[in-house]
Amino acid sequence: MRTLIDLFKDYRFSVAFLVLSVILILAILSFSSPYDPTVWYVVPRDMKPSADHILGTDSNGQDIFWQATFAVRNSLIISLISALVSRVIAILVGMIAGYTGGLVDRVLMFISDSLLVIPLFLIMVMLAMMVREHMNLVVLGLLLSVFGWAWDARLIRSVVLSLRERDFTKTAMLSGTGTVKLVLKEYTPFTMPLIFSTLINNMSWAIGLEMTLAILGLVDLNNPTLGTMLNWAIVYHAILLERWWWILTPVILSLFMFIALYWLSVSISEYLDPRTRIQRVGG
Amino acid sequence: MPFVKRYLIPRLIQYFLVIWVGITVVFFIPRLTPNDPVIKMIDQMRARGSTLEPGTMDSIMEDLTEMYGLEGSWPEQYVAFWRNLARGDLGVSFFQFPAPVTDLVSNALPWTLGLLLTTTAISWILGNIVGGIAGYYTRRSWSRTLDAIAMVIRPLPYYIFAFMLLLLFAYHWRWFPVTGGASLGALPEFTWAYIQDVLRHSFLPGLSLAVLGMAVNFQVMKLLVQNVNSEDYVQYARLGGVTSARIVSKYVIRNALLPQITGLALSFGQLFSGALITEIVFGYPGVGMLLYRAILNGDYNLIMGITVLSIFGITTAMLIVDLTYPLFDPRVRYT
Repeated sequence: MRTLIDLFKDYRFSVAFLVLSVILILAILSFSSPYDPTVWYVVPRDMKPSADHILGTDSNGQDIFWQATFAVRNSLIISLISALVSRVIAILVGMIAGYTGGLVDRVLMFISDSLLVIPLFLIMVMLAMMVREHMNLVVLGLLLSVFGWAWDARLIRSVVLSLRERDFTKTAMLSGTGTVKLVLKEYTPFTMPLIFSTLINNMSWAIGLEMTLAILGLVDLNNPTLGTMLNWAIVYHAILLERWWWILTPVILSLFMFIALYWLSVSISEYLDPRTRIQRVGG
Repeated sequence: MPFVKRYLIPRLIQYFLVIWVGITVVFFIPRLTPNDPVIKMIDQMRARGSTLEPGTMDSIMEDLTEMYGLEGSWPEQYVAFWRNLARGDLGVSFFQFPAPVTDLVSNALPWTLGLLLTTTAISWILGNIVGGIAGYYTRRSWSRTLDAIAMVIRPLPYYIFAFMLLLLFAYHWRWFPVTGGASLGALPEFTWAYIQDVLRHSFLPGLSLAVLGMAVNFQVMKLLVQNVNSEDYVQYARLGGVTSARIVSKYVIRNALLPQITGLALSFGQLFSGALITEIVFGYPGVGMLLYRAILNGDYNLIMGITVLSIFGITTAMLIVDLTYPLFDPRVRYT
């Protein structure tokens, strides 16, 4: 409770909390939507915002407000899958590399360095081109998670490296604690803040990359996400035709989402450990 | 030569290994995913309404198999793939047949390099200077204001930020052209009018890349300087009466800059991807637009070529920056 009160003293945390709550409510609202998000021409096309359709309708004959609730939900699902799965990989790689050291460490760090250097966006484009028909929320989330762990594994490794030199590690080893138990039980509390802040950063990265791929038309365009909403608005020249309610909905929603996720991660990691700030901005 | 042995040679080995991993990933993507690129290609040709006789169909399939390098077993294909790369042969584009991929990329590359190098240089230099000063005077109100601005800009992805600039400056206020790299029909020539035209067209894409890059460099540099500032040697110099200007330039900035040089090298991949995306938003005629058209046309060979060349380009750029590092850090030179 005290922790929460302290956190809310940081304006960034309060703002992020508020914005993400609204976004979460939007996502939950999608379950009570009167329309099926994959069906076209269920409402009159290109209507301005009105009492019936509070954010207007688009050229596909869909209600933009309800479409947005699905978009937020799906984008969150993709980013959660990506963030959670890549966390598992990052923790495993980081802890194994950091604790074992030697050749294993060098090989694992070489792989993660290569991933950092290779233009992932282009690799994702190639992959997405090849699996376009099989592309759904889960596949996309998994694809993103395969590539999204490298930097975070490095951060976790550096924490484990320093923990390994601490006295309590030697005490635990001498008193017969097994390696697995030692790493899981003794090291996890130290790496938790880092894991949590990288989780949030990875979510925001996944949402961003999904939007990029969607705008290039490389995902399933019938299933609304923030990216596909923007894609349709661009395809129908919503800017030129001045249908601002259509183009602005995904732009503003994602804007708030990115800023809120970033502020949340920054405020929490600064609260938990002011020294991690350097590492955080390095990401 | 301890420098060559302990710094240069490991770095060169790493360089070649990373390229090897990258190219190998590129090689395996079409071979491990469930779709056959040849069948995909044929489907696309059908979808475009071209009718194919069974006989021509077989010969097209053979040609495509050969062009994709899908003949023989995987090890054979892999060796052939590298042999072609070594000869600088990346195949031809399917939709701008028979233009070689290398020609298409080298036509587009000057635009991208111009945009990327200028904005990276501006954002790195300005971001570090402003960030460094803001980190030194961290309690001033302007320093806090800049920090707050960076907090808002930093998390925005390239696409969204570029899009917002486009909406504001090109559609709403109409200060800058919406799309293109130069006016339609303008011939590339070395005149002031043409240069002005190109600058006007690349201002918004450049601005969006530079501002995002500056926000990142500003934040990192500010924290680095704050940390160096609390080091003992800086305190000692201050107590010893060394002037503030000297402390900043000789003690603080020089030390804080070292991780920023490594950071610059590490961020090349991201910067390059960002430039591609920004080009697509602004219809700027560089590699990004080439990629976009290749995606729309399903021109897989061209996409693969762009990826392969990017891997070479980015790793080489990183190598160059890393090799200049000893110039800034005497510790690497002498140990």
